[in-house]
Amino acid sequence: MLKILRARIQQGFHTNHFPQEVPALPDRLRGAPILERARCLEGCRACVEDCPTDAIELAPVPRIDLGKCLFCTACTEVCPTGAMQHGSDYRLATRTRPDLFLESGKALELARSLEAKALALFGRSLKVRVVSAGGCNGCEVDVNVLSTIGWDLGRFGIQIVASPRHADAVVICGPITHNMAEATRKTLEATPDPKLVIAVGACAISGGPYLHQAEQHGGCEGLGIPVDLYIPGCPPHPLTILDGLLRLLNKVE
Amino acid sequence: MKRQPAHLANGEARSLSAIPNLEFSAFQKTILHELANGARLACLCADRTGAGYAVLAEEAKQRFGVLRTQFPEKEFTSLTPQCPQAHLFEREIAEQWGLLPVDHPWLKPVRFHPAWTGRDVWEREAIQPGVMDFYRVEGETIHEVAVGPVHAGVIEPGHFRFQCHGETVFHLEIALGFQHRGIERALEGGPHKLTLKMMETAAGDTTIGHAWAHALVMEALAGSEVPARAHHHRAIALELERLANHTGDLGALAGDVGFLPTAAFCGRLRGDWLNLTALLCGSRLGRDLVRPGGVGFDLDATQIEELRLRLEAAFTDTANAVELLLATPSVLARFEGTGKIERFAAEDAGLVGPAARACGLPRDARTHFPVGFYQDLKLPMVLDHDGDVAARARIRWAEIQASVQFIRQALEGLAELPTGPTLVPCGPLAPNHLALGVVEGWRGELVHMAITDSEGRLGRYKVVDPSFHNWTGLALAMRGQEISDFPLCNKSFNLSYCGFDL
Repeated sequence: MLKILRARIQQGFHTNHFPQEVPALPDRLRGAPILERARCLEGCRACVEDCPTDAIELAPVPRIDLGKCLFCTACTEVCPTGAMQHGSDYRLATRTRPDLFLESGKALELARSLEAKALALFGRSLKVRVVSAGGCNGCEVDVNVLSTIGWDLGRFGIQIVASPRHADAVVICGPITHNMAEATRKTLEATPDPKLVIAVGACAISGGPYLHQAEQHGGCEGLGIPVDLYIPGCPPHPLTILDGLLRLLNKVE
Repeated sequence: MKRQPAHLANGEARSLSAIPNLEFSAFQKTILHELANGARLACLCADRTGAGYAVLAEEAKQRFGVLRTQFPEKEFTSLTPQCPQAHLFEREIAEQWGLLPVDHPWLKPVRFHPAWTGRDVWEREAIQPGVMDFYRVEGETIHEVAVGPVHAGVIEPGHFRFQCHGETVFHLEIALGFQHRGIERALEGGPHKLTLKMMETAAGDTTIGHAWAHALVMEALAGSEVPARAHHHRAIALELERLANHTGDLGALAGDVGFLPTAAFCGRLRGDWLNLTALLCGSRLGRDLVRPGGVGFDLDATQIEELRLRLEAAFTDTANAVELLLATPSVLARFEGTGKIERFAAEDAGLVGPAARACGLPRDARTHFPVGFYQDLKLPMVLDHDGDVAARARIRWAEIQASVQFIRQALEGLAELPTGPTLVPCGPLAPNHLALGVVEGWRGELVHMAITDSEGRLGRYKVVDPSFHNWTGLALAMRGQEISDFPLCNKSFNLSYCGFDL
């Protein structure tokens, strides 16, 4: 017992103070991309061609589909003028699929809070069931980390639960493989209404790196699963996920 | 008739014409002969043309033996009755190519996908995941417990069936494939724009390991040289990946026996280790760091110093958390003797990584098949002999200490290297060549083997994640255990579903 107490004292206090304070993020974090169309060379399409998931369009409107973006370095490294860059903004979650199209020169329409009735139901207590449906275990581990003492998800009234029967929300990770389609459908069915669906990561939104594969369904979009919150990334930083959840519950401005 | 395999080093490519192409029965006889002489089956696969390939790891001689053959048209005699290590490889060949391994004692699907040739050896009308002929124990006092594919935690899907007598598990059968997204099929004809991304996400918690094994293959085929700084970065990143996961696993083991202090400490510390990888490249999982030809990021002197200081801080707290765990008698009482695998069983099943080393099997690619910075700086291989949960926990702690010492030295080396490029992109790939890339990921040996076509595109690309071998280890470890010890045994392996399913 004394040994445990001694260890506890040495370990100290590590829960971050988000949202009052934003925890330190890596200098090289690849947050929301920035496309400055004005700096593009005439006729240059290098970023469009090199993007592994074809997430970039230049016409009719220059825009990046954050639902497909893997936040890799293909576009920024090939860009001859620095018109394409990664910003440091970790806030990426949106309420609708069209909001994930980030237009040049515009700010992202970040997720709004739930409507009054839903907020009254879920705002103070949200039980979440996570389904991995073809994920690489990247999004899964970065959701899981929110339950550690470093993040302490419980202080926001959010808890990850073991059964869909106990859940208010289902988090989906992965492109929803053919072999997980039935299990995903059953999990959603087993979750009592009203429920929320949260798509975490490029795979769950659009299929991610697997979007061309016949073995998967292109995420929630491909299966027509209605989604209440989109959290893009490959995988999203835990702070991006937490920020999205708190926006939905009206706990962050 | 037996023939000598071609001998390849790790990260080497060889013209296909220089690799013995044996008649099928000679191919099998040579494999058995090599295994009898201490080799291990690291890979056995077929391709679209019915050509077969075997990779035999020879730890003692620090080399790989490689053989080719042509499979008979529809069926072949199974090697598994004489060589249990081949059991899953042969099932995979059956599933992918519709070639029937005759007399295979356990012929069941691996990933539940249609055969690439359209010829289904099980003659199923529709393929449903997890639907197969499960092994059953019959009797009035026997009951069956089925779990999954969706599990109670935030983990990947898989289906487990336990044949139980009271609390005692007689047999566990594991059906996977729920995460199958067709990676190997997608790699054919590449490299494509998504090739590296698929390698990084083959098992997302092993991003560095798989990306490095892939890079070794591509560099061998392109004949490119990797800059010295990149060698240091890769080794540092691979050990950081090991540190994060080993620390997380020790915390999870603590959680599964209800020892919450270490569970809580290690949950946080795992994140601290991941944040060191993010210091390198911005991504906690190491995305975009390792690439064919080098690495995508470099560290300056200030960043090296920051990494060094944070490494020491994370290690101090990890040591505190783990030493507490391993000095607590009630924890050891639950770890010791639980989920034991005998050395011979581990050898028969072809286990790799910490799970094999915990049974006393000296298998570590960093020691036996070193590439890059591992050639310059030797890491001591850690062995244990008890083969139980306690041994798998001790191995992780010993490897954490060895990795930290290794990174300290690698960082010193990096600071002394002259600045310069970290990436020299690979040129075109040599046509009609076979290349091997093997990396010791935190779960064990990652084998990537590629064969190029006549135009220098990737033909067959085979990925063997350590979980491919080691799920069998978990099933063996559960025999005779109480079913309530399953979470603990499972965590002591912590295997990848997506790395197995591909």
